[in-house]
Amino acid sequence: MTAAAVAESTHDDHDIDAHEEHGLTFKNAVNIAAFLAVVTGIEVLTYFWDFGDFAVPLLIILMIVKFAVVVAYFMHLRFENWLFTALFVGGLVLAVAVYLAALTAFGFWS
Amino acid sequence: MSDVTAPENELAYGRTEWDDYEHLPTTTGLTHDKLTMWAFLGSECLLFGALISTYLLLRNKPDDLENVGPKASELFDIPFTSVSSFVLLMSSLTMVLAVQAVAKGDNRQTRLWLGTTATFGCIFIAGQVYEFTVFYREGLGYTTNISASAFFTLTGFHGVHVSLGIVMLASLYILSARGRVTQKNAETVEIVGLYWHFVDIVWIVIFAIVYLIP
Repeated sequence: MTAAAVAESTHDDHDIDAHEEHGLTFKNAVNIAAFLAVVTGIEVLTYFWDFGDFAVPLLIILMIVKFAVVVAYFMHLRFENWLFTALFVGGLVLAVAVYLAALTAFGFWS
Repeated sequence: MSDVTAPENELAYGRTEWDDYEHLPTTTGLTHDKLTMWAFLGSECLLFGALISTYLLLRNKPDDLENVGPKASELFDIPFTSVSSFVLLMSSLTMVLAVQAVAKGDNRQTRLWLGTTATFGCIFIAGQVYEFTVFYREGLGYTTNISASAFFTLTGFHGVHVSLGIVMLASLYILSARGRVTQKNAETVEIVGLYWHFVDIVWIVIFAIVYLIP
């Protein structure tokens, strides 16, 4: 189940009111934290079990999922003004682009 | 047609200046404090991006330089770090609950969750101090080799950020106990919460890239 599905699954009338007011309800927050805990558990499993060539892509995907869920729901960015998103994602995209270029320039991938 | 019109430069019908705006009286309609925090967090991505990529470039470099001491990655205690990572992750949940509590005007719950979040942060820092101490006893100091320098700089910078977050949380706790953090200024707690969640997402990246990816 995706984090979005977890967040949506506990909606009722009361939740919707609170959701509109604060972006996240108590139940949603706990469900999302449980989802993040499960994802972290899978990450740690890659240390104990040999996932072979899948380990690195899996870890990167899980890291991105956790990052996105915390930013979207715990930091409320999904419910906020686009300007906040532009400021944060702008910095993030710039950082990723600059440092991927730097890593490439220093021959990190070879 | 009504002839009752508000004179220029005066507010009509007893409304306050604040009420006459559908949004906050700023050029963007958003609070400057929150806007500044998001801009700051965007710039922090560049800081931690630099530190992470520096570590990635230098983590296998002891053989090329001083060739002394172990590499940090040889000393990692993944089960221990996993527990401290989990604690920091759960502190994000308690921070959300603190923000929700202050928005509802429940000061007792606000202090409870702020205190819990700060405690989780202290547990994480204690774990980091323990990890650094173990590394040092194993012969890996800050200047042992360039890989160690990159590792301690990255995780140390993150630790300093967490420590600053704990100071902010403790300050909010004390202000709340004195009745100075209420529903009216709930945004202050939300802004500190944004900072706290940011240190959590930075650790999410560090834990995966530095500790788990071989």
